[in-house]
Amino acid sequence: MKKKLVVLLTASLVLGLTACGGSKPAAEPAAEEKTEEEAPAEETAEEAPAEEEAPAEETAAAEVMSYADFMAAEVDDPVTVETYVQAKQGWWDGAVTMYTQNEEGAYFIYNMPISEEDNEALVPGTKIRVSGYKAVFSGEVEISDVQSYEVIDAEPYIAEATDVTAALGTDDLETYMNYFAAFKGLTVAPSTDPDGNEVAYLYKWDGSGNDGDDLYFNVTDGTNTYSFTVESYLTGAGTDVYEAVKALEIGQKIDMEGFLYWYEGPNPHITSVTVVE
Amino acid sequence: MKKTGRRFLPLMLALVLVCGILLTGCHGSARRVSFELPEEFDTSRDYNITFWAKNDTNKTQVKIYEKAIKDFESYYPNIHVNIRTYTDYGTIYNDVITNISTNTTPNVCISYPDHIATYLTGENVVVPLDNLLTDEKYGLGGAGVLFDGPSKDEVVPEFLDECTIGGVYYALPYMRSTEACYVNKTYVEKLGFELPETLTWDFVWEVSEAAMEKDKSGSFKVNGQNVLIPFIYKSTDNMMIQMLAQKDAPYSTDGGEIQIFNDDTKDLLYTIGEHARTKAFSTFKIGGYPANFLNAGQCIFAVDSTAGSTWMGSEAPLVDIAADKLVKFETQVMTVPQFDPEHPKMISQGPSVCIFNKEDHQEVLASWLFTQYLLTNDVQIAYAETEGYVPVTLKAQQAEEYQDYLNRGGEDNTDHYQVKIDATQLLIDNIANTFTTPVFNGSASLRDAAGQLIENVTKSERRKEKVDDKYMKELFSSVTSLYRLDQIVTSEGSGGKKDLGPLPAGSKALIGTLVLAWILIGLYVLRDYRQTRAKGGGK
Repeated sequence: MKKKLVVLLTASLVLGLTACGGSKPAAEPAAEEKTEEEAPAEETAEEAPAEEEAPAEETAAAEVMSYADFMAAEVDDPVTVETYVQAKQGWWDGAVTMYTQNEEGAYFIYNMPISEEDNEALVPGTKIRVSGYKAVFSGEVEISDVQSYEVIDAEPYIAEATDVTAALGTDDLETYMNYFAAFKGLTVAPSTDPDGNEVAYLYKWDGSGNDGDDLYFNVTDGTNTYSFTVESYLTGAGTDVYEAVKALEIGQKIDMEGFLYWYEGPNPHITSVTVVE
Repeated sequence: MKKTGRRFLPLMLALVLVCGILLTGCHGSARRVSFELPEEFDTSRDYNITFWAKNDTNKTQVKIYEKAIKDFESYYPNIHVNIRTYTDYGTIYNDVITNISTNTTPNVCISYPDHIATYLTGENVVVPLDNLLTDEKYGLGGAGVLFDGPSKDEVVPEFLDECTIGGVYYALPYMRSTEACYVNKTYVEKLGFELPETLTWDFVWEVSEAAMEKDKSGSFKVNGQNVLIPFIYKSTDNMMIQMLAQKDAPYSTDGGEIQIFNDDTKDLLYTIGEHARTKAFSTFKIGGYPANFLNAGQCIFAVDSTAGSTWMGSEAPLVDIAADKLVKFETQVMTVPQFDPEHPKMISQGPSVCIFNKEDHQEVLASWLFTQYLLTNDVQIAYAETEGYVPVTLKAQQAEEYQDYLNRGGEDNTDHYQVKIDATQLLIDNIANTFTTPVFNGSASLRDAAGQLIENVTKSERRKEKVDDKYMKELFSSVTSLYRLDQIVTSEGSGGKKDLGPLPAGSKALIGTLVLAWILIGLYVLRDYRQTRAKGGGK
């Protein structure tokens, strides 16, 4: 009898402890860190939605779109694309921002949640399938609020730089938004620093920054002047392009390559610069 | 303004989340001795103090700091101030937290009270200023101070009170701003409306919806363009905080009890969501800077800080869009929308200055003297004029030089840009209508959470997701977890007053099982006792 009782008591305690372990303390943090823009999408999918309502979970699993379909999609529409990593900004706080491109077109993927370890594996050329939402921020068309991504086993693809020099200053340039692009034979034009001096580049757009901040510099094709950027999150201080731009002189003719980012107009993020004259 | 904000929130979020952990480590570091004001400032020694300052990506502000240092050093040649400038508060906060654990904080630092509340988690990290403020010799305007600074009574009382945490002064106000609604008056009137004396939420929603009408070609009638976001809010945390304050709805207690997740908040989110769904309303984080849309004729009501007024309007001295995209219109600077226009309420914001404690009390006194210098008319007036800031001292506000500046609004589109001076005047006229939220360790997280609620609902509505009570419940829960709001230690809660709600089912099961076990043990002991007695009785 004693043995039976011991077994009974032990069993009851084990059961009790199991019940305890099965519930998460209220103060316990979520196991996986959420991103700032994560919406409670799953729950909305459980409800019988009204005709116009599109729960995120359903739409996040949409079929892979062509570039044309992506461009035709409305802002805020769920989108899924397969594309290749071309370059990444620095991983930060569980997310990465990427410049990607496939044979059809280019996609800027903003703040995709990913662990630091997994991010290391996303080397240039890696094919990924990404589901998120189409967004436009200050003119830049992008995929934001990424719901899921998957690495696809495929031959790596690195895009050749598309020469868009002739499209500078035209409406046509926008069709190359986010492309890895080449800009050839442009001349370094002066920027004006806060003291009124003519300089070849500025730290931050108005010269209020310091070494390590974004570099802004002007180039001209002889007719128009354009603002180019060395984006510090992409190629910061110490990188070849950062140091090369700091060495530029007004009047030098240069060739450049970089990603055709958009901020209220073209704002290329330059990854290489070569002085040709 | 270019490319500054979008990365800031996640950065802030990360910082807020980790700061508690980092500062817990501070308790284990060497004990800091509390500051005691020396009887005499030792001028026979040299002092090197560091000043971490913030500028709004504005070189003029940096130059004003540099001049302030030079001028201060002319009064105190033995104090050498080394400045380090930042362009966002988040990085300052991060760096301070990193340096607290290594005892390498700056001496003087531009900061927000929310951040100081976190710094205070470490012992004797920030110098309390109560005694310093009123000291006859070295206090504000004290007899031993070598420059003409303000007395305590000459600091705007509302602004000074904002620098108290737990009833103790831990900072001096440096600059103050509020939010303003920059209105495209031309479009409002084109739509057949007349601006009221005070904007109301109902008016803004009504005009915004009316503006969404399109012509046959698909362009918006009011601007003839295919882009229009009638109402854009830059800081959605402020939006929620002000809406709740205007409704006298709960947000948090002074001690840090989180109260934001209530029916008033839910109702506000439903209303905001309704207008997000029609796309009459959006936010900076979703689409871009309000100023850019406003100046391109693509926005009618743009809410942003008065400290961003130099970017607002057709003639703005700072512009981020191509010249050919600028549209001519009349800009009216108004208070943020109100629920009760007779009793307007608006947030008071802007940088303050705190002093970090050091082993050398003379060094702390040197830091205090420099901090005071930042409140002199020379610094206050010059810095305030760089943006729509208001000086924090009555001495500066009432100075002839400053009054002349205010009276010259519209004289040019640079130093005396009308919109900037209107924004400044808006705050001066409404100082009594400003408020701040309670400051405690975790209040910065709560602020972020307030904005996150609006951002999430706005996005969900734009994506035609179902936003109902179930959604709200999940939203409140996810935002609570995201910002660790359930881990904030409240000062009320330490006394055991906080209602923790019903026990979880698992806990109930455990207790039930333990009770059952004890009953069984009792029964066994009773049975055993009876058997023993029965056996004994048989003898």
